[in-house]
Amino acid sequence: KGSNEESAPSVSANSIKITDITQDGETLTFAITSQKSSSSAGVCVFRTYEDFDWLQQSLLSQEDVPGLLGVIFPPLPGKPLPSTSFTQAKALKQFGFLALGDEWKIYCKALELYLQQVAAHTTLSKSKALSSFFSSTESPGKHRGKKGIFKRLSHVMEEMRKEGHKDVDKFFQSERDSCTHLSVLFKVSTEKFLDTVLTKQKLAVACGHFSTSLHLVCNHDNPAAVTFSKICLKLSDIIEAVKVNFEKVSDNDVSSMGLALDLESRYQEAKKEMLFRRTCKLVELEAANRNSERAKPNKKAIMEGVQKATQKEFNLISSVAKKEIEQYHRARVSVLRDFLVSWCEKQLSTAQETSALFSQHLEACRGFVV
Amino acid sequence: MAEEREPPPLAGDAAETGFRELEEGEDLFISTVSTIEQLSPTSPEPASLPAEDISTNSNGPKQEILLDDDQEDLFAEATEEVSLDSPEREPILSDGPSPAITPVTPTVIITPRVDASMFDRSPDEDEEAEENGDTFDLQIMVSDPEKVGDGMNAYMAYKVTTKTSLNLFNRNEFTVKRRFSDFLGLHSKLASKYLHIGYIVPPAPEKSIVGMTKVKVGKEDLSSAEFVEKRRSALERYLMRTVNHPALLKDPDVIQFLESTELPRAVSTQALSGAGILRMVNKAAEAVNKMTIKMNESDAWFEEKQQQFENLDVQLRKLHASVESLVCHRKELSVNTASFAKSAAMLGNSEDHTALSRALSQLAEVEEKIDQLHQEQAYADFYLFSELLGDYVRLITAVKGVFDHRMKTWSKWQDAQVMLQRKREAEAKLQYANKPDKLQQAKEEIKEEIEEWEAKVQQGERDFEQISKNIRREVGRFEKQRVKDFKVVIIKYLESLVHTQQQVSIIES
Repeated sequence: KGSNEESAPSVSANSIKITDITQDGETLTFAITSQKSSSSAGVCVFRTYEDFDWLQQSLLSQEDVPGLLGVIFPPLPGKPLPSTSFTQAKALKQFGFLALGDEWKIYCKALELYLQQVAAHTTLSKSKALSSFFSSTESPGKHRGKKGIFKRLSHVMEEMRKEGHKDVDKFFQSERDSCTHLSVLFKVSTEKFLDTVLTKQKLAVACGHFSTSLHLVCNHDNPAAVTFSKICLKLSDIIEAVKVNFEKVSDNDVSSMGLALDLESRYQEAKKEMLFRRTCKLVELEAANRNSERAKPNKKAIMEGVQKATQKEFNLISSVAKKEIEQYHRARVSVLRDFLVSWCEKQLSTAQETSALFSQHLEACRGFVV
Repeated sequence: MAEEREPPPLAGDAAETGFRELEEGEDLFISTVSTIEQLSPTSPEPASLPAEDISTNSNGPKQEILLDDDQEDLFAEATEEVSLDSPEREPILSDGPSPAITPVTPTVIITPRVDASMFDRSPDEDEEAEENGDTFDLQIMVSDPEKVGDGMNAYMAYKVTTKTSLNLFNRNEFTVKRRFSDFLGLHSKLASKYLHIGYIVPPAPEKSIVGMTKVKVGKEDLSSAEFVEKRRSALERYLMRTVNHPALLKDPDVIQFLESTELPRAVSTQALSGAGILRMVNKAAEAVNKMTIKMNESDAWFEEKQQQFENLDVQLRKLHASVESLVCHRKELSVNTASFAKSAAMLGNSEDHTALSRALSQLAEVEEKIDQLHQEQAYADFYLFSELLGDYVRLITAVKGVFDHRMKTWSKWQDAQVMLQRKREAEAKLQYANKPDKLQQAKEEIKEEIEEWEAKVQQGERDFEQISKNIRREVGRFEKQRVKDFKVVIIKYLESLVHTQQQVSIIES
């Protein structure tokens, strides 16, 4: 709950890195290093997920920021549940790509991106909560209050009513429509991509089995059997190579495209939420308008006051939202492109490696005399 | 029985006689014999070996060859005697569809001694033919499956094209149309002719009622197309294996199968026919017999080989299972990649905020499509592996069948010995009883016969041994060859996959 009057020294977004993660029973602790833009000294803090959650809540509940509701908040990944308490399948369902990868690597990357996005945001980076997140030695998450569950429920009910509310502005209406449409598509794509990655991993495992059973075909009874065993061993090596290839490919997939798609889906959600907030405001405004029209003369002034205030808020939100959306589009295109390029590059290098390896095997096989 | 005494046409054209009706089973055999007679007989070798294996054989134990030389005549007699015996042993011997297919029964092999000795030389002749022909130049292709007929009576007709320069055949290149039951008929004929003398007859592809019904009903989906393709390649491999076996190649049944345009319908191969049921009953009887016959294995080599085959069987089955799961996953991957491509395409279509975004999405989609193609190819390749392994698993079953035959023969031999014993006792009794000479003479005759008979069975067994051994070598060698071939193929393919992926990636970035 900091005021943004005095802008705290801002943290340089590029310097934010999650360097380490330790697991202690059920809680994960992240080591975050960052640098203030004004200094070259690095600061390292340890945070748990609750701290992240606190940060997000603080950002959301800033009171002094005008048009806050029009801001698209960078999406925070869900709470991580170490695999001791949840099965892999459940984790996959909940997190999609973020659950893959060893040692929560991908998840860390997503968190890192989140922090970077917050720090890079023009409005959000000025939040005091953010700076204290990065610098205070104490874990800020412990102080936050409980978020009312009732508020959540009523929110959901309202959502369904207001979602379909028609907009006054054509720009926003089209945005809302395309957003709904696109977010669904992105979700579907992410899921499908996840399926392919999982299947590739399964293939890798199956290749491993095949390779092992080939290894076990060992028979030295007569020359024919010996040669057969040799061939089997060779084949086993080859299948092993195939398996390694699959693993690498799926790793590449996950770390680039997977992350990109996941990020994109969540960002779409965030955008949707922002637009929804705006729509709520719109509904409120229209209600205020109706009230002020129907108000009895003694209440009229008050109603008009309310109406004017709401109108002003709404306009502010709309303008902020417009800017946000435009920026979002620009940023997202470049982010997606970067990820796609990195995916291509990684796959390319893996493919080249594998190709060389296979050529070697091919030569060896051709020279194999029966 | 009278047919057996018919003298073979000593001067006959192999091809011509090959075309005779299949009902006259023994004629076929005779014609085979006459073919062999045309070629100059030389000293027989124990087994049918392709030319390349001669060197290995000559390094092998020499005494076996000599053994065969000396007992060539005895062997001829052995085959004759076996036939006399067979009616009594029908239940045990009929491990194939023999009761149903009357022409081709063990009795067929019986011909006068002369012919049998000719047959004995056949393995050697095969080798010579091989050597004359330099390379084994026979290529068989099974192609163009087409559906003939409608409804439940429909069947798939396959074109069998043979290209060869061997002089066994009339022409150098010919094509015939065959259906699946024809293949099965061929196999059952070969099996009943050769299995019990120890040749390993390659097993035919299995009947699949579900698969065929789908095809018959006309379901034009992916699985039935797959099924037809699998069957086609299985048939091709089956034929290639059959003709790679020198003795089987010379068999007039095989030749007729490859050459004649019209083949009498092998009715007894239908799954639901009376013959099919009879087969099943026989199989059950056999299984019971197998359990009751306990063989006293005198030859360590056989014991060892049997054990090896058991092991090999287990290993191959495991491998087969692994590859099957691989194939499954590959299929899954191709499905998933396809659906991802579709969703990416949809994304591309609806992303009209930035032209750039759209372009990117479309590129992603293209990449995925290519990926999917690759997956399908890889899947096809793995599936080759699994088919190969499946083939060999079945082949080993056939080999086991050969071993079983040996066991049966051994049991026959034991029974013969017992009989002999009894006869001897009876004879002894008679001697003490001072019966008239006539009776005694009769008894002695019987005794002689039995003695001979026992000796022949013994010889038959030795023959099996040799054949088995050599065929085993053959199998091992072929295994190696095939595995090597397939390995080269998979690597080549994977290489190309990787290369193409590279190109796509380059396009993208």
